[in-house]
Amino acid sequence: MNQIPVSQAFLGGMILYAAAGLVGLVCARQRNLVRIVACTLAALGAVLEGVASFAVIKDAHETVISIPSGSFFLPYTFRLDPLSCYFNLALAVVGLAVSIYSLGYLKGFDSKKPVGVFCFFYSLLLISMTAVFTAVNAVPFLIAWELMALAAYFLVSFEHEKDETRRAGILFFIMSHAGTGALLVAFLLLGTWAGSFDFPAFHLAARTLTPVQRGSLFLLFFLGFGVKAGMIPIHVWLPAAHPAAPSNVSALMSAILIKTGIYGIMRVSFDFLGIPPLWAGLLVLAAGTASAVLGVLYALIEPDLKRMLAYSTIENSGIILMALGAAMVFRSYDRPFLAAVALAACLFHIFNHAVFKSLLFLSAGAVVHATETRNMERMGGLIRRMPLTALCFLVGAISISGLPPLNGFVSEWLSYQALLGGFGSTLSLTRIVFPIAGSLLALTGALAAACFVRAFGIGFLALPRSSQATHAHEAHPSMLAGMGALAALCIALGVGATLWIPVLDPLVVQLVNTNVSGNLVLAGGIALSSGSPNGGTVAPAALAGLLVLLTLLPGILLVVWRRHGRRVPGPTWDCGLPGLTEDNEYTATAFSKPLRMIFAAFYQPRREIQTEFEVSAYYPTSIRFESGVEPAFETHLYTPLKERILARAGRLRTIQAGSIHAYLAYIFITLVVLLLFGVRS
Amino acid sequence: MIAILVKSAIQLILLLLVAPLVTGVIRTLKARLQTRRGPGIAQPYRDLFKLLGKGMVIPDTASWIFSATPYIVFGTAALVGLMIPMTATDAPLSLFGGVLAVVYLLALGRFFLALGGLDTGTSFGGLGSSREMTISAIAEPAMMLAIFTVALSANSTNLSEMARSAVSQSWRFLAPSQMLAFSGLFIVLIAETGRIPVDNPATHLELTMIHEAMLLEYSGPYLALIEWGASIKQLVLMTLLVNTFFPFGLSSNWMVSSLSLGLLFYLLKLFLLAGCIVLVETTNAKMRLFRVPELLAVAFILGALALISTFLF
Repeated sequence: MNQIPVSQAFLGGMILYAAAGLVGLVCARQRNLVRIVACTLAALGAVLEGVASFAVIKDAHETVISIPSGSFFLPYTFRLDPLSCYFNLALAVVGLAVSIYSLGYLKGFDSKKPVGVFCFFYSLLLISMTAVFTAVNAVPFLIAWELMALAAYFLVSFEHEKDETRRAGILFFIMSHAGTGALLVAFLLLGTWAGSFDFPAFHLAARTLTPVQRGSLFLLFFLGFGVKAGMIPIHVWLPAAHPAAPSNVSALMSAILIKTGIYGIMRVSFDFLGIPPLWAGLLVLAAGTASAVLGVLYALIEPDLKRMLAYSTIENSGIILMALGAAMVFRSYDRPFLAAVALAACLFHIFNHAVFKSLLFLSAGAVVHATETRNMERMGGLIRRMPLTALCFLVGAISISGLPPLNGFVSEWLSYQALLGGFGSTLSLTRIVFPIAGSLLALTGALAAACFVRAFGIGFLALPRSSQATHAHEAHPSMLAGMGALAALCIALGVGATLWIPVLDPLVVQLVNTNVSGNLVLAGGIALSSGSPNGGTVAPAALAGLLVLLTLLPGILLVVWRRHGRRVPGPTWDCGLPGLTEDNEYTATAFSKPLRMIFAAFYQPRREIQTEFEVSAYYPTSIRFESGVEPAFETHLYTPLKERILARAGRLRTIQAGSIHAYLAYIFITLVVLLLFGVRS
Repeated sequence: MIAILVKSAIQLILLLLVAPLVTGVIRTLKARLQTRRGPGIAQPYRDLFKLLGKGMVIPDTASWIFSATPYIVFGTAALVGLMIPMTATDAPLSLFGGVLAVVYLLALGRFFLALGGLDTGTSFGGLGSSREMTISAIAEPAMMLAIFTVALSANSTNLSEMARSAVSQSWRFLAPSQMLAFSGLFIVLIAETGRIPVDNPATHLELTMIHEAMLLEYSGPYLALIEWGASIKQLVLMTLLVNTFFPFGLSSNWMVSSLSLGLLFYLLKLFLLAGCIVLVETTNAKMRLFRVPELLAVAFILGALALISTFLF
């Protein structure tokens, strides 16, 4: 595809997004019309964006699109390079599925809720995220970044009548701006040193920066982008905001919004700052490992389905950062090939996570809509009432647990190979870091599997745990279509991994100037290799095929031999008690109890039981049970921080006494100081 | 292609036949060590044959997950068995997946087994699933560290490559890193196959059981498939141990003569390892569930020491 259709498709997509938003504002009254038109326009926009992005990646051709000043208040330039387009492609894919899903999902909104306004901010979020990925100057980048945060804020607080939602929205707002503050400082510093705010100028300036300058810039960027990436310990907004938002927005936020942070870190450490120092890579690796392990530990004990998914986003963000950190370390050790493998793992996981996390959030949205609760303990038995939603959730759960033959396995496999290769990358003691990180990745994977067995087993299997769950209904066809497309993509990306790896080539070449697919894809495209000669191999498609074959084999043999007896349905063994009820079922809290006890040092679990009785404690009239864990980061980091800020602010109040004379004096003094400053320079 | 198919078929048959045998040997040895007579080595075969011909009761609370689980448990175990060198260094499907694929395929089987346990709606099933996922989660890092040690000394995660490298330096198992890794992996083997002191395969007491609790509602052919799958999984993990650390007698080709010699050596090594397991099972009491993490922490530390000692010695 040549250049013109790419830019036309890209701008066309943006215009369609914008049109969707405008429709939302203009015909806010016609709820059905708005819903159908806006969602369709957004979906079409996503298709165009996807086509444009894919074309750029495929041809490895950088496209610059300029909108002259005059049409807007400032000139705007989009640069479509492979890295931008990869993230934009993920956005387009998720955006398409979510838009289709929203077609049905928005129907379920309360009739008082302004669907039009929702569509406006939804489109604004899509536009601003596209703009973030494709900006080529710090100023438009920051504007888009802020627009994105604003749109996300309004979407998060959409159900603002709930106290919890308002608080989540504010928390998101504050954290997001603290992050933007760090970014602002970083961009201003870099702009001053580079003499321009254009990204290419940053790239050129990297060589002239001193190590201290580069180090401080990296830290500022890492902090600023880390907030959005949901990195521990600056993650606290994420588990509050993602569940509070409507589920289609949660999907978009978890799948793509946090990737803007990852995109930023990648852009900074591979494009702006040249070869990063060793400590930077190790810092990212450590932060990623901590986020992965702690994120999944929090996810494990969460009874709220959507909060659990939000914590799991932190975990996956951690896995992505682990691979990214490894790539940075390899770069500073001058091991371009290993860096390329680690980057391939990182990029693959970015796309995978976008797909399966949006799938899981969308399925959770369908479930929450049907059962009117986010609490797993009140679901159950949904596999009978909502078979297709359950199937979609199961596919997402298998993917996210990194189990073969789906997509999560392939990216985790690549991560392992990169980390194992890292052991040979240096002779210093640092090498021990990689296998340890690898074993913690294994811990994360196994805990994630436990977490999703719990979510699916408690939420969807066995008997319904509430009357709402008993009467749940299957989701709207368009919702199922959106979920189904993502589930199919999970399978396709897993089975067709060897076809997807070459897509990553242009990006890896752009970032570390090394081609990767030639070494990673072996045996005529059947197998994936670690890249080293005689290294590990895996053939996801063949595994999938053989797995199906070997799974069916015993069934076929049983039929052929006619050895199978009758299948009789019967009641589950109830220990001789009169019938099994939902009260006999294992609960989500009970399921994670062993892990809560094993990791008690981390969780600091607390339990409170109050029994009221009249005659004897053995015959209670009522029992109150409460259990919880210590939110370590909130109590030990954020609460003291908040108190300190408030105390300082309280002290500042003395100069703000309300006296008009004092204020006039301040203004006068400021004026004099500024004048002096102006005269001097 | 044809070669792969033939080799796979041979290894699959071997796998299906040897797996119950090992279970039978372990049970018989254990019985003898406890001065019982035991039911005989062939009892697992008789059990499987009998179960396959029986009818089965499906709990009315269960969904399709319950019925799919036995097939998936069996399928993953059998597939994993084809990737691992049993009697010859090159496993039929070693190109299709190495040790990481083995670990994750087994995890897939476990994922469904745990779901199958939850699907019935009893507390027992949930209890078993919860414990199984817990133990496996904390066993995983220890297992990976030990595996990494071996993979790093072979410079590959491909199992055939690992076996070949072990064959080429046949006394390598005396190196401290290998011995440490072996001990770590042995503890993991005990935990993963549900043996004393982690789990007791011979009890149905709700306070102690882990694996069995998930299977309580399974009967007939489904139970047979799961039991068979579990014994294949046990065989696979044992094979991993004996063939990557003690590659003696591994045939370098698939000729009948060397293969049968390889099989002889393989069975000998397996029975020795089974003997070790039996000794551990007989001399230890079952641990409390919350003592198991300590045992697995020991395995983790052994793995970490193994890694560190690769560049000390």
